[in-house]
Amino acid sequence: MTARLMQGNEAVGWGALAAGCRFYAGYPITPSTEIAEMLSRELPKLGGKFIQMEDEIASLAACIGASVGGLKALTATSGPGFSLMQEHIGYAAMVEVPCVIVDVQRLGPSTGQPTSPSQGDVMQARWGAHGDHPIIALSPTSVRQAFDLTVQAFNFSEQYRTPVILLLDEVIAHMREKVELPAPDAVRVVDREITRVPSEWYLPYGDALSDVPPMASFGMGYRYHVTGLFHDPAGYPTQRLDEIGPWIERVFRKIERNLADIVLVEEDGTDAANTIVVAYGATARSAQHAVKLARGQRAKVGLVTLLTIWPFAEEVIERVAHMARRIVVPEMNLGQLALEVERIAGRRKVVRVNRANGEMVTPMMILEAIEGK
Amino acid sequence: MKHKDRDKRTEIRLAGEGGQGMILAGIILAEAAAIYDGKNAVQTQSYGPEARGGTSKSEVVISEEAIDYPKVISADILVATSQEACDKYTGLMARGGLLIVDKDQVGRVLVHQAVRAPISRLAAEVVGQPITANVVALGVLVGLSGVVSREAIEKAVLARAPRGTEEINRAALAVGFAEAARIAGG
Repeated sequence: MTARLMQGNEAVGWGALAAGCRFYAGYPITPSTEIAEMLSRELPKLGGKFIQMEDEIASLAACIGASVGGLKALTATSGPGFSLMQEHIGYAAMVEVPCVIVDVQRLGPSTGQPTSPSQGDVMQARWGAHGDHPIIALSPTSVRQAFDLTVQAFNFSEQYRTPVILLLDEVIAHMREKVELPAPDAVRVVDREITRVPSEWYLPYGDALSDVPPMASFGMGYRYHVTGLFHDPAGYPTQRLDEIGPWIERVFRKIERNLADIVLVEEDGTDAANTIVVAYGATARSAQHAVKLARGQRAKVGLVTLLTIWPFAEEVIERVAHMARRIVVPEMNLGQLALEVERIAGRRKVVRVNRANGEMVTPMMILEAIEGK
Repeated sequence: MKHKDRDKRTEIRLAGEGGQGMILAGIILAEAAAIYDGKNAVQTQSYGPEARGGTSKSEVVISEEAIDYPKVISADILVATSQEACDKYTGLMARGGLLIVDKDQVGRVLVHQAVRAPISRLAAEVVGQPITANVVALGVLVGLSGVVSREAIEKAVLARAPRGTEEINRAALAVGFAEAARIAGG
């Protein structure tokens, strides 16, 4: 592909198609709507299905159904719709159905400011659905990364049979940047493992040697039960403690044993720094500029960019906190991921830089925190 | 303290009322820089929930190098096509920056060195299509600043022009260039 000026939302759509997504169900909402517009145009060309649903609850339900039917499925929304989707994010985690949910964060709560950016849904992405469940959430910092991390989100969801959340913010979603997308055959695509045992032996939640049981798509001739109740290896409801406990342990284990694969972090100059900036999403772009200016003043400052927000990059933060005197955490909220950094690094080391009025955190705000002003 | 690498990035802000086409003008300018001049460019926007009215702004950062912070820090160029936009953003310009206002829309300018061009009148009376005011503005902007090449802006305008409107858009750009030449000639 040649270089193009492309919007982040459009790159998400192309990323989904490159990852093999062939189903989209959603309800349009600013600032995510361009994803739906783009896929409504492009999916049918590839034999895929696009459905505009009656609301966000039904949207994710349709995606889960499509995924059980064997398709890679995507939905996209913003804060108000993301709140409605929480019920089915929990359901997808419980029934271990791969799907990708894009949340383009806008200023909230409630209707808030639909056209203004925010990073206010970080904790909702982790804890919005009730009950203990693992989750993967990724957050791109550029248009190109919006493409790459969409592919990655599908790959993780297929590999670990889990819902994956892609957290954009309005800046990354609506920003146009010069990008050159990779050729389709240069994109690494992971497909879910499909069972090889005959249908009479198939256990949808139990026949795995790994922690991720192979799937059988509806329509393949395998009969099994899918329920949000705790279920036994065959998928039927259970109240047995020796089935419920191991289920919870397994679904956490399938993520925790693979943190090295899942936790994507970029580090820049962290090995010799006494101040570290930890940033994600559009705010990482402000941080890059601030770090460049600070280094011009000979400050020893490093930058950690979190591409994976959840699970949290505990190991990396622990390592850099060991060396650094100060950790600066800029966010377009009043302090959400800073809570996690503080949990690992201790509150005394962490300097929060917050802005929640619909404007980006500026490089100057971060620079002042680096300089200890 | 230097707030940005002034030598390395050029920041342009186009601001007016929703519906005037300022966001599209920003996209076209960014495409001219990124696709046809081969530089890096980032375009962002902010606007209200209304389809028309309200302030609307489009920001473009152009650089030979990779662009980190995507928003304008202090605009090197401001194009203001409404009084409100002019009042709001003039004070946020870089020192020595270029301020271009549509003099039919903006009566009061707080600085002396502003360029006052009759952008919307030229679009309505010379081009014959008021809707082309944003393209006239691009012609004035590029003609005076050279922030992208004339070839690049023309290609970018034509690539975005709906079929059948190529000639009127080409004419609008030429009117903008001519106005820039008239202003530069004093």
